[in-house]
Amino acid sequence: MADTTADRRSIAALVTARRGRGKLHWTDVFTYAYLVFGVLLMFGPVVWLVLSSFKSPAGLVEFPPTLLPLGQVSVTVEGYDDPLPLFLTTLEDGTQKELAQVRRIGIVSQMVDPENPGETIRVPIDQREPIREFRLATENYVDPLQRFNFTRYLWNSVVVTTLATLVTLLINSMAAYGLSIYEFKGRNAIMLFVIGTLMIPITVILVPVYLVVTQLGMVNSLWAVILPGAATPTGVFLLRQYMLTIPRDLIEAARMDKASEWQIYWRVVMPLAMPAVAVLAIFSIMWRWNEFLWPLIVLNRSEVYTLQVGLNAFQGELDVQWHYILAMTVVTLIPVVLVFAFLQRFITTGIASSGMK
Amino acid sequence: MTQIVLNEVRKSYGDVEVIHGIDLTVDSGEFVVFVGPSGCGKSTLLRIIAGLEDITSGAVQIDGDVVNHVTASDRGLAMVFQSYALYPHMSVYKNMAFGLENSKMPKSEIDARVREAAGMLQITDYLDRKPKALSGGQRQRVAIGRAIVRDPKAFLFDEPLSNLDAELRVTMRKELAALHSKIGGTMIYVTHDQTEAMTLADKIVVLQGGRVEQAGRPLDLYNTPQNVFVAGFIGSPRMNLIEAVAEAEGDGLALVAGGTRVRLPAMAGISAGDRVTYGIRPEHVILTDSAEGADMSVTIALSEQLGGETYLYCNAEGLPQLTVHQLGQLPIEEGQALHLRFDRPRMHLFGADGQVIANGVAA
Ligand SMILES: Nc1ncnc2c1ncn2[C@@H]1O[C@H](COP(=O)(O)OP(=O)(O)OP(=O)(O)O)[C@@H](O)[C@H]1O
Ligand SMILES: [Mg+2]
Repeated sequence: MADTTADRRSIAALVTARRGRGKLHWTDVFTYAYLVFGVLLMFGPVVWLVLSSFKSPAGLVEFPPTLLPLGQVSVTVEGYDDPLPLFLTTLEDGTQKELAQVRRIGIVSQMVDPENPGETIRVPIDQREPIREFRLATENYVDPLQRFNFTRYLWNSVVVTTLATLVTLLINSMAAYGLSIYEFKGRNAIMLFVIGTLMIPITVILVPVYLVVTQLGMVNSLWAVILPGAATPTGVFLLRQYMLTIPRDLIEAARMDKASEWQIYWRVVMPLAMPAVAVLAIFSIMWRWNEFLWPLIVLNRSEVYTLQVGLNAFQGELDVQWHYILAMTVVTLIPVVLVFAFLQRFITTGIASSGMK
Repeated sequence: MTQIVLNEVRKSYGDVEVIHGIDLTVDSGEFVVFVGPSGCGKSTLLRIIAGLEDITSGAVQIDGDVVNHVTASDRGLAMVFQSYALYPHMSVYKNMAFGLENSKMPKSEIDARVREAAGMLQITDYLDRKPKALSGGQRQRVAIGRAIVRDPKAFLFDEPLSNLDAELRVTMRKELAALHSKIGGTMIYVTHDQTEAMTLADKIVVLQGGRVEQAGRPLDLYNTPQNVFVAGFIGSPRMNLIEAVAEAEGDGLALVAGGTRVRLPAMAGISAGDRVTYGIRPEHVILTDSAEGADMSVTIALSEQLGGETYLYCNAEGLPQLTVHQLGQLPIEEGQALHLRFDRPRMHLFGADGQVIANGVAA
């Protein structure tokens, strides 16, 4: 099986790769244009989100929007307690000057020269331009994490995601093992049945599952989120199809080697099914991390909120705190990105090469 | 030391019976080879012995105990698979240690055993490698090593050499023979290559269509095949087999095929009008100078001069091509006419049902 690491090219070589050698072929131009378009399409919204998450509430609603998060420069002026915002002002005689604004009355603002705080100047507001600098509104992150208990939500989400993924992998892989390694009557029927459950939308079973969870006394505990969705038909299907490709000889060799069923599962089949397990792990992590409806239903106390439910709290009926939502959305993205970056190599490297030529 | 006995073993997949009642005894310390054409049930039989396949009826005994319902892991046998079936995610060392770890052996003893087997098979240098990084021959050794370390009651090999190139096959064949004489042990070996069977076996079991055609020592099978199938299967190049009709001639018989008549003395089991098959191995065909006293006249279609020996492929009207083997170099060219005589004591006669009538005929 191809070893993808063997011919790893340098990034520079990769991004300047061309068809053949020498001049740019028209297909090169086309390819790069297409790829750049793709990159913009995929990463544009994410980059926009990250940049916006550092903007102040005022910066967010500004029109036309700025690309970078900018904040207005302000100065402390003698005689005024608070720092005053700085403007580039065009005076009546046409000269331009940096003035600080004391207050604004209608379409006129009272300005003061920071060098000469004694006298105030009145300027029409369309004659001034705010002086801005690149500034990250880190309070968008700090506030929710410190004041609004967001670290708690983050922790809850991490717990739910990790535990749920572990449980999912364990249960699904065991089911897949049974449905792929053993041969028995009705094996395919059972598999069809499992896949058939995909046809039932979650909204249909919401109420019955809720009742079961209540009966089990799990409402408002994280287990209520973790357990109900642990066995997924998709996962069983994915793992089973992969396990079917593991050479039977290996299983039989393990049997001859006196391995118990558990050892065959744990020491032979699972390591060989790693690529599929990694795929399922990524899916599971993304599902669980982004899960919203079910946690919203079973988690009613703020101590057990997950991030997604917590985010919802910023979305009041009258007032949406976009700056917090954006910042916390970035926070919720980070783990998923990290996980994906770490696990994706498992997907691409087929470690299924069984040592058989 | 282990004796394995099969009693009337049958195996069906659904409605299709693939093993039709096999009786077989593998004695302790014996090297038994199952040969037969593809699809004859060799692997199935081996897997039945291993416990990887259930039987439909009959009994498998190991050392006198019926093991029909004993699982593969509890039978205490070791198997080397055609595909080697090395665990790809484990190093060579781990591959060999896996079986021992499963039987809860102390670490130090596992280490000692693995290293001893590795030394014996000359794979000590590769112990840390993954199977992927080994050549075919090395993988083969690891697979054998994995069987040896367990010190099993018996070894089962399923075409272990078929994935190797010709040269390596010969080397490994010798090593296997050496291994058997060194560690003793009952071994059952499956192959479809009759040369492997002849060179390795204490006893050969020839299978066809899920039945035992003949079982016995290699030379017994060679010298006294019990039916046409074994006669054709054992020996390389294969025996010349010619279908003929017996006619009375004088006080004897003549076997008539195409335009040829082979005169034989009268003998039990054949009477005029019978359909028989006579067989003669290529090395038992004698070249004669004249048509006088010859059994048939042929033209040479192809002559292969190997230096030390010569193979002649001859055409005669109404007959399949005949192979003749002669020692040394012969000044014979293609298209030339030749007279052949069959060495009577080495001729084999089979009846219409394929069973032997006589191995060797009076001159
Ligand atoms: N799972 C199965 N279901 C149905 N028939 C099977 C099954 N496994 C094997 N057979 C049949 O049993 C017969 C014997 O198969 P087996 O694998 O033992 O042949 P073999 O002698 O080992 O051949 P080869 O030399 O090609 O390996 C074949 O005709 C095959 O089609
Ligand atoms: Mg086979």
